[in-house]
Amino acid sequence: MKIKSAASERHVLNVTVDNEPGILAKITGLFTARGYNIDSLTVADISDDHAISRITVVTNGPPEVIDQIEAQLERLVPVHGVSDLTTAGPHVERELALIKVAGTGDKRVEALRVADIFRASVVDTTTESFVFELTGAPDKIDSFIALMRNLGLVEVGRSGVVGMIRGATGA
Amino acid sequence: MSEQPKPEKQTGAAILTQCLVEQGVEFVFGYPGGAVLPIYDELFGHEGLRHILVRHEAGAAHAAEGYARATGKPGVVLVTSGPGATNAVTGIADAFMDSIPMVVITGQVPTALIGTDAFQEADTVGITRHCTKHNYLVKDPADLAATIEEAFRIASTGRPGPVVVDIPKDVQIAVPSMSRASKLTASHRYAPQMAASPEQIIEAIEMIEQAERPVLYTGGGVINSGPEASELLRRFQDITGAPVTSTLMGLGCFPNTHPDWLGMLGMHGTFEANMAMNRCDVMVCIGARFDDRVTGRLDAFSPDSKKIHIDIDRSSINKNVPVDLGIVGDCATVLGQMIEAWGDRRAQDLGEWKARIAGWRARECLAYPDKSKKNPQAIMPQKAVERLYALTHERSPIITTEVGQHQMWAAQYFGFDKPNKWLTSGGLGTMGYGMPAAIGAQLGHPDALVIDIAGEASIQMNIQELGTASQYRLPIKVFILNNEYMGMVRQWQELTYESRYSNSYSDSLPDFVALAEAYGWKGIRIQGNDELDAGIEAMLAHDGPVIVDCCVAQDANCLPMIPSGAAHTEMLLYGDQVEGTMDDEAKALV
Repeated sequence: MKIKSAASERHVLNVTVDNEPGILAKITGLFTARGYNIDSLTVADISDDHAISRITVVTNGPPEVIDQIEAQLERLVPVHGVSDLTTAGPHVERELALIKVAGTGDKRVEALRVADIFRASVVDTTTESFVFELTGAPDKIDSFIALMRNLGLVEVGRSGVVGMIRGATGA
Repeated sequence: MSEQPKPEKQTGAAILTQCLVEQGVEFVFGYPGGAVLPIYDELFGHEGLRHILVRHEAGAAHAAEGYARATGKPGVVLVTSGPGATNAVTGIADAFMDSIPMVVITGQVPTALIGTDAFQEADTVGITRHCTKHNYLVKDPADLAATIEEAFRIASTGRPGPVVVDIPKDVQIAVPSMSRASKLTASHRYAPQMAASPEQIIEAIEMIEQAERPVLYTGGGVINSGPEASELLRRFQDITGAPVTSTLMGLGCFPNTHPDWLGMLGMHGTFEANMAMNRCDVMVCIGARFDDRVTGRLDAFSPDSKKIHIDIDRSSINKNVPVDLGIVGDCATVLGQMIEAWGDRRAQDLGEWKARIAGWRARECLAYPDKSKKNPQAIMPQKAVERLYALTHERSPIITTEVGQHQMWAAQYFGFDKPNKWLTSGGLGTMGYGMPAAIGAQLGHPDALVIDIAGEASIQMNIQELGTASQYRLPIKVFILNNEYMGMVRQWQELTYESRYSNSYSDSLPDFVALAEAYGWKGIRIQGNDELDAGIEAMLAHDGPVIVDCCVAQDANCLPMIPSGAAHTEMLLYGDQVEGTMDDEAKALV
């Protein structure tokens, strides 16, 4: 008995929803119930009256599964709309990370130098540690974290991706 | 509760009952309990709403489904918190799978106790989140009226489905504060797309016009779209000449007596319907969803056809089978558009296609053996259904079923020529659906003949509802095909597990005639072919509820059948070997 799997592609979906109780559970539950993947998920309300939230989901799956994910999301009553940044065209993706590094001597100096190259800022310091704040595309953050591993990496916090279409019009 | 209710101000419970009346609700199927007592007090002596007291909340949900399916109006359920709500979950999930409009009001512990593991507390909204079309926890009586209005609108428009409204007990008692107008009053969200674009309509009818081997594959969406959709389907078939098949849920949307009717398709569908699906060049799927019971093995499903899929739910399109043209819209609206756009076009000559279909029909796939090998005297269950149809079809009965072999035999041998006459649990496959559904259907159509075609195993899953039918003097008929086995399980054990009948024998059965009489019903037992017609006539002659215990051949199997993992062209027919085993790939399929 073989368990089948298919080639996946990564998609960034923006989902605007009514900011009502249980909506996040409804969305994440839909992903688990139907066997879809969530690589990252961010959510915050974006309107003056706190009525609308924007959820950014990074998911992966074969193209027909991505299409189903969008259709299933749109089927939920509190969902206003889904836009797939990956198929919509040029867009920016940003993620924020906090990275704590501890060390002294050469390693500490090197960590600061790498942070400078990545334009990470120091948001907390002691004589033997830094907390760096870094924003960028996810692969930039991945690279920075990889470099910090040898320089005393203690812990990492990442926000997950938010994204937006380039140009003057909204999605 | 801190405020004293002024006489002119309504409590949450009073607002709720008033909203139900405004929605045109006739019946509330329910069961009282601590967390809904304020609502039950409002119902006491209420003139507009009739409460139907079931014997178990599962019965309430299925009765509401039966009412909804038979009348086209949303069914309403009222149950208490905790076990009341969880007992209703199966019916809610059933309605979700079969797209049945239903509004379920559940009581909840007072808002201050939510999350404290209070007595009879369950996270109803959490539990029902993925088996409802939408659900609500109402924390302020000011939101109640708008919530109920939206709940009914969501349940009954678009692709219908169940909506749960969970109301804490204090919200039922409280009076809305004057200062806080509901923010929900102007709800305009949820607007399903009803009509297709003119370009899509033209593309569709050009494909159909050029088709040499078309087939219309119809489903429950045609029924859900209302009786007009069935009328339009008949007209559309008339102008295109295309043969028609239907899913289990769609039976009745096209008359079984029509020469172009192919019968049901799928796992226990007819040979001609499945062959036509396999060999067609243009398939028009109208309100069906390419369920695994219909498609058989996906990579062999209708390999050479162009497919058009009309569905009000965008997520049904391209879900299981990629289609060439997906049309999001309501079946009646889109069929109307297609008929109008068709104008005076002429379909291709379908003579050759229909001759091929006639060839498949000549296999007479529903011709069952006339006697059982094990007991040659026994009534063949197929014959029992045929006789039931012959003796009742002039009265245009409403048929409900449980789940299993009897359900498939009813689908195969009972004919339906009108929508809303066939009530069965298709998607979820819920045993115990049929009798409560018959109760709901009978309330919606007091003068109709309502028959639950049941199996002796399924009927026991909601047998307690005998009492409900007695209480409300509902003359429903329960026709049990009693073969002393969970027949479909036994059949699969023969096919896949070398006839090792693990736990599929219905041991310790009750005496159904005595049971009927204990509840004030009439009980009839039919034991031989010579008693069959007389037994059915006696059932029909009795002005009240009847159980017929029809003892049938124990070894009869339900054929034709597409075994798990097989293609439409690989049907097992009567006379084929149906005993053996299967490889793991096939065993893993349901």
